[in-house]
Amino acid sequence: MPRELVFVGLGLYNEKDLSLRALETIRKANTVFAELYTSLMPAFHISKLEKLSKKNIILVSRRDLEEEAGQKILDSAKNGITVLLVPGDPLIATTHVDLRIRAEKQGIKTRIIHGASIISAVIGLSGLQNYKYGRSVTVPFTDESSTVETPYRVIKENKRLGLHTLCFLDIKAEEKRYMTIRHGLKALLSMEKTKRKRVVTLGTLAVGVARAGSDNSTVKADYVAGLMNYDFGPPPHSLVFPGRLHFVEAEALVTLAEAPESVKEMVK
Amino acid sequence: MPKFRQTSEILKLMSNKEDIRDIGIIAHIDHGKTTMTDSLLAEAGLLSPKIAGEARALDYLEEEQKRGITIKTANISLLHEMGDKSYVINLIDTPGHVDFTGKVTRALRAIDGAVVVVDAVEEVMVQTETVTRQALAERVKPVLFINKVDRLIRELKLSSDEVQKKLLRIIRDFNNLIEIYGEPEFKSKWKVDAAKGTVAFGSALHKWGFTLDVAQKKGIKFSDIVETYKKEQWEELPKTLPIHAAILDMVVKHHPNPIEAQKYRVPKIWKSDIDSEIGQAMLNCRDDGPTVMCITLAQLDPHAGLVATGRLFSGTVSEGDQVYLVSARKDYRVQQVSMYMGAFREVVGSIGAGNISALLGLDLARAGETLVDIAHRDVMVPFESIKYVSEPVVTIAIEPKHPRELPRLVDAMHRLAIEDPNLVTTINKETGEYLLSGMGELHLEIACKFLKDFTSGTLEIITSKPIVVYRESVSGKGVLAMAKSPNKHNKFWIQVEPLEEKVIEMIEKGDISEIMNRKQMGAILHKEAGWKADEARKVLALEVHRNMLIDATKGVQYMGEVKSTVISGFTWGAESGPLAGEPMRGVKVRLLDVKLHEDPVHRGPAQIMPATRRGLYGSFLTAQPVILEPIYKIGVTVPEQWVGDVSSIITRKRGRIISSEQKGPLTLIKGYIPVAETFGLAADLRSATSGHAFWQTQFDHWEKTPESIASTVIEEIRKRRGLSGDIPRPSKFIDEA
Ligand SMILES: Nc1nc2c(ncn2[C@@H]2O[C@H](COP(=O)(O)OP(=O)(O)OP(=O)(O)O)[C@@H](O)[C@H]2O)c(=O)[nH]1
Ligand SMILES: [Mg+2]
Repeated sequence: MPRELVFVGLGLYNEKDLSLRALETIRKANTVFAELYTSLMPAFHISKLEKLSKKNIILVSRRDLEEEAGQKILDSAKNGITVLLVPGDPLIATTHVDLRIRAEKQGIKTRIIHGASIISAVIGLSGLQNYKYGRSVTVPFTDESSTVETPYRVIKENKRLGLHTLCFLDIKAEEKRYMTIRHGLKALLSMEKTKRKRVVTLGTLAVGVARAGSDNSTVKADYVAGLMNYDFGPPPHSLVFPGRLHFVEAEALVTLAEAPESVKEMVK
Repeated sequence: MPKFRQTSEILKLMSNKEDIRDIGIIAHIDHGKTTMTDSLLAEAGLLSPKIAGEARALDYLEEEQKRGITIKTANISLLHEMGDKSYVINLIDTPGHVDFTGKVTRALRAIDGAVVVVDAVEEVMVQTETVTRQALAERVKPVLFINKVDRLIRELKLSSDEVQKKLLRIIRDFNNLIEIYGEPEFKSKWKVDAAKGTVAFGSALHKWGFTLDVAQKKGIKFSDIVETYKKEQWEELPKTLPIHAAILDMVVKHHPNPIEAQKYRVPKIWKSDIDSEIGQAMLNCRDDGPTVMCITLAQLDPHAGLVATGRLFSGTVSEGDQVYLVSARKDYRVQQVSMYMGAFREVVGSIGAGNISALLGLDLARAGETLVDIAHRDVMVPFESIKYVSEPVVTIAIEPKHPRELPRLVDAMHRLAIEDPNLVTTINKETGEYLLSGMGELHLEIACKFLKDFTSGTLEIITSKPIVVYRESVSGKGVLAMAKSPNKHNKFWIQVEPLEEKVIEMIEKGDISEIMNRKQMGAILHKEAGWKADEARKVLALEVHRNMLIDATKGVQYMGEVKSTVISGFTWGAESGPLAGEPMRGVKVRLLDVKLHEDPVHRGPAQIMPATRRGLYGSFLTAQPVILEPIYKIGVTVPEQWVGDVSSIITRKRGRIISSEQKGPLTLIKGYIPVAETFGLAADLRSATSGHAFWQTQFDHWEKTPESIASTVIEEIRKRRGLSGDIPRPSKFIDEA
């Protein structure tokens, strides 16, 4: 019996984002697990995928995966083809690489079937060139003693090099809390108050992206003051802080993301 | 007859600080504090006619009247005339039972002088020592009242000479306490002396009392009093030697007024710059200085809300004032200012420095809190924390009889916790455990009674048998344990070892505390405890159960951003150790290295806290862990003939005797006994001595549980908590590379 652990990306929106190869693999698998806590797929329903694949899918929580079930998945992979379904592209914004390493160390072969990633979706939608993005970073919820110090610093460092910053906004799927663009901006503005490095002010240009990868995604570029009052609709949301703009990028922001004309003056 | 004054007149008197005395009545249980205070009320000027003539006006709780003991502290302001001058005496009557010593400790913060009452028959007892020691620690000046002199004459039938000999012995023993516990600069000044008038003798029950100077002036000798009793004419005594005059004259003459007292008390209880504006205002007790109050009592009144009582060290507090609570970090508007009349409060609108008063509207105020006016909120340094001699070492589990009453139980427990900081309430919704921990069985019994009172008697509760609280500690150095976060992307290297006895002592004495500036703490740890200078400066946290977390990492990226989560993880682990889920004690935890994930969501609290705790547990379990049990100090008074029986009961219960002293017809046996062995002690002592033994137990220290029973103790706690059978192995918490 083949022993294998396959990480399958679910894409961004609903079960139809799965590639045909992914669907085939699920159908052939002995056991299928899914974790849905790392991001929000607005129209994804496990039951629909179960129907489509004629497979029973075992849902695992963060605690499960990080504590006991990590081993449960590995044990299952020792006895047959095991699939772990992960939103987006399975090894991009997550920490699953640890599971992959552990599997290989225990003699289990691993494989990835990619899905559309939030990173490529947001970058594509923003109209800003992939070549000019710097480090990406998550803006965490600021309760429970965490701060937005890191995102503030990453944006600052990227800007210094003229690079754009892609900010993921925190998701606490277990508590059904998804950070909105307004919330993220507010947190960064309050960090600005203590740091005073003029990294995120009301006059800073930013691009908000909502529901990237869905049929009704929204992209809006504006100064922070404007974005704070813009209605992006339901989550998930992401944010981009542009660095130095290439003239095509400025044009893309105006044409595709309704940026104010004045951004064209920012081109150097 | 009591004389009544208008509040306005009293307030005028109160602005004259030389004429104020803030005092407390403290003593061993039953030595007559409340009876004495009652007789002061009966004769001295009261500020309100409401309570005149009420017997035991200060033991106004139903439970106090029923049991005949004081349970809470009661405040009252009296007017006393001496010569042609009037004085305002702000007085606090305190409970004598050991289970309530925490309340005495808090009251001491508010007062400058203490009348220590000693029963002439029983003499200086265990609790006399405890409360005197605490008073001295707060720089509260003691004077002595030797009470129940009538019993020496009528019951013990002592001659005048024998009476005087016994009284002299009490004075000597009392001064001995001052010698042992007094600070060098106050010791000799504060020793009491009958000739100087700092000792009064009398009978609170029969309402007479005198100091030697007064008696001499009136030409009265001890033998005259003995004679009066022999002739059964003691009712005459209050006429010539009224007790209120004896006690209150002594207070006015020998206790400091607030201006005098604050000069030396403020530097003791407030460790900041005495030359600052606030420091100078407190030192000089200035009405026009910044408003600074130390809250010493918080009570939830069902109608008025939270009533915060405290001592105003500087400024004037008025209704409508904007104030700030330093620990709660919250601004408030004072809704009402009042003074105490026993069970009642008299609204006064405004009150000046040096007085004790009650404020309404500060719902987060708790005992020990520092209050300051809004203008000084950013510069105020809080008062030293109030240090208790006792710890809650006995626990009971409670549950409502009807599960639907749970929310009401939780509310009532919440109120208990606010009003009595020595009572620890644990509400664990996950396990459904509702626990009350207190000083002893009486403490818990009364707490349960209060739970009912708070709900007008309608809440029925079921309580478990009392259980002992243990501590977990280490006796050696553990391995350097590496632990990963659940997502395996963060690593922590942690090593534990026993915290030096010396340092534990420093924490207990308050020489170092969590609120202290770390540089200052570092200097002390380096100098006094010999810590390496660089580590001494890097104490991340000083946890309540005397555990310390030290940051020994060097140049870790993002360390600043995870510090507070690391501290939370450490506190979480220290609150419930791996042996049996009991709190750790005396563990020094060093964080040696940390590797963190790049992105903040992958190093959030859900990752960092468990990792810190795992590392702590892992190293702890390799550090020769031990379980500590609480030990009571016990004092038993019993007639000579039963001394042997009492001693053998104590030794049989794993206790040890440290001394036995003759006190008149009684012997006072002192010793130590494990708390675990004291349930059922009452029955044993009673039957062995036919009810002639009286005893008190009070938490004293923690001791390693004897090897022979340690594993049974751990097993039982684990079973009770529903933990799996065996103590986990270190490998459960330590990760490989
Ligand atoms: N014979 C005699 N009995 C007294 C005298 N003073 C108090 N008592 C009695 O001693 C008992 C205790 O008196 P309290 O005034 O309640 O004592 P306490 O010190 O306030 O007690 P706690 O507050 O519970 O510690 C009561 O029964 C009093 O009547 C006295 O001078 N002579
Ligand atoms: Mg009393």
